[in-house]
Parts: sequence; C-alpha cells; structure tokens
Amino acid sequence: MTAPRPQFRVAIGSRFENIELVQIAIEASLDLLTLDEATSHRIGLAVREAVANAIRHGNDGDPDKRVEVECVLETDQVVVKVEDQGRGFDPRDLPDPLQPDNLLKTSGRGIFFMSQFMDEIDYSFRPEGGTIVTMRKTITPSSSAAGLKEEE
Amino acid sequence: MEITAQHNQGVTVLYPKGRITIGKGDVALREAVLGALDAGGTKILINLKGVSTIDSSGIGETVSAFTTVKKRGGDLKLCELSSKVMDVLQVTQLITVLDVFDSEQEALDSF
Repeated sequence: MTAPRPQFRVAIGSRFENIELVQIAIEASLDLLTLDEATSHRIGLAVREAVANAIRHGNDGDPDKRVEVECVLETDQVVVKVEDQGRGFDPRDLPDPLQPDNLLKTSGRGIFFMSQFMDEIDYSFRPEGGTIVTMRKTITPSSSAAGLKEEE
Repeated sequence: MEITAQHNQGVTVLYPKGRITIGKGDVALREAVLGALDAGGTKILINLKGVSTIDSSGIGETVSAFTTVKKRGGDLKLCELSSKVMDVLQVTQLITVLDVFDSEQEALDSF
C-alpha cells in the first residue's frame, strides 16, 4: 500500500494580507523536501501570484468569497491547486510582458510568473462560476537532493 | 516592510527590508520613492540587500518608480540584489532596462 503524500488545504477570505498565511503553509510544506533554495522560492512565488490573481481577478476582492489552496507533495512533483469563486478569465488573452512595448508596464506579470516558475499550468472553470488553477513542478535530482526528508 | 533612507554623495539611498510584495511592501516602496522625489531628490538608489523576495506587484512598483523618476529628470538605480531578486529581474528581462550594480559604492559612483 502506498503511503499518503504530505499535503495541506487552506481556505482564506479574499484579502491580500491572507496571502501571508498561504506563504507560511507552502514554505512549511516545501521544507519537508530537500529542494534547493531557488526552486523553493520559485514555487512559493508562483503560488503567491496564483492566490493574488484569485483574490483580485477571480473574486474581485470580495472578502466574503473564499480562495482555497491545496498543495500535495508527490514523489517526483509538487502539485498546487488554487480555486476561487469568481467569474473566470481566459489566460490566453494576456499580453506578453517580454515584448519590448510591454517591458516597462507596471502590471500584467502574475500569470507570466506562474508559467515561468512552474512546469505545467491547467485552468478549469466550474459552470456555476469559479476558476481552478492547477500548477505542477517536477522535482528533479538537481532540485531535490533526496526527495522527502525522513521524519526525525 | 520597513524602509530607511540615507543621503550619500548627493544620492538618496533607500534600504527596504523584508518582502516587496502585494499589499504592503509594494505600497511602502512607492511611498518611499515619491517621498524622496518630493524632498527634491532626483538621484535615487534602492539598495535591495535586505529584500528577501519580490513578486509581480513589487516588480510593477519598481518599474513605476523607475519611470516616474525618469519623467522628473532623475535617475533610479538598484544595487546589492539577492540571488532570488536577481532571478526575478532576469526572468522578466528587466535586468536589460534597469541600472543594476553589485555594490552600493559602484552604484553611487555611476550617478
């Protein structure tokens, strides 16, 4: 029988300060792995961006609407799901922030961060409203020296 | 996010400490840069040695600060970036348009 993988699930009200709660949870989870600092930082940033997008664009900043975050540490990958209760959007509509005309724009990099810092991103939309963003990051021998740390 | 300021060689040097992220750090950075401009400073250096991370909002505020200072005829430069902050500037390719220096002295001498 396969042992259950470490995971957490947290629900927050749509306030930017609550991103810090998610950050604490994701950092504690990633600390169970022997990830190098750069990989861990990139995953943490991608999750922050996904939650910020869910708050701002998904839930329109309505503090009564929730954002749910689930993180699962698999043997060879980290999987993070971020769900909001909003109207959804098409990520393909977003301009490329690396185009010369966009380089000095002050916004529009959140989705870009997610796509740069994670290996795979899927969007799904509930018919009744709500976007589910699923992000995966493969853990390679270079990013994880020995997989999950042994419990002390 | 705490930001202190010093004046050195005619340059206002800002020292943010903590995270430049959505909600707090990004706003603090904006206020510090606007405060320096309002005080008459047109040469502004942000020493990022105390900054552990920066998100897309923090990047947006940094770009906004850069363009605002330029529009007022000044210069805004960055120095002493951690590897994490440097990673973000490289991914966004802002490293190609912002003035970034390894050391504070090197940055001061460039104004």
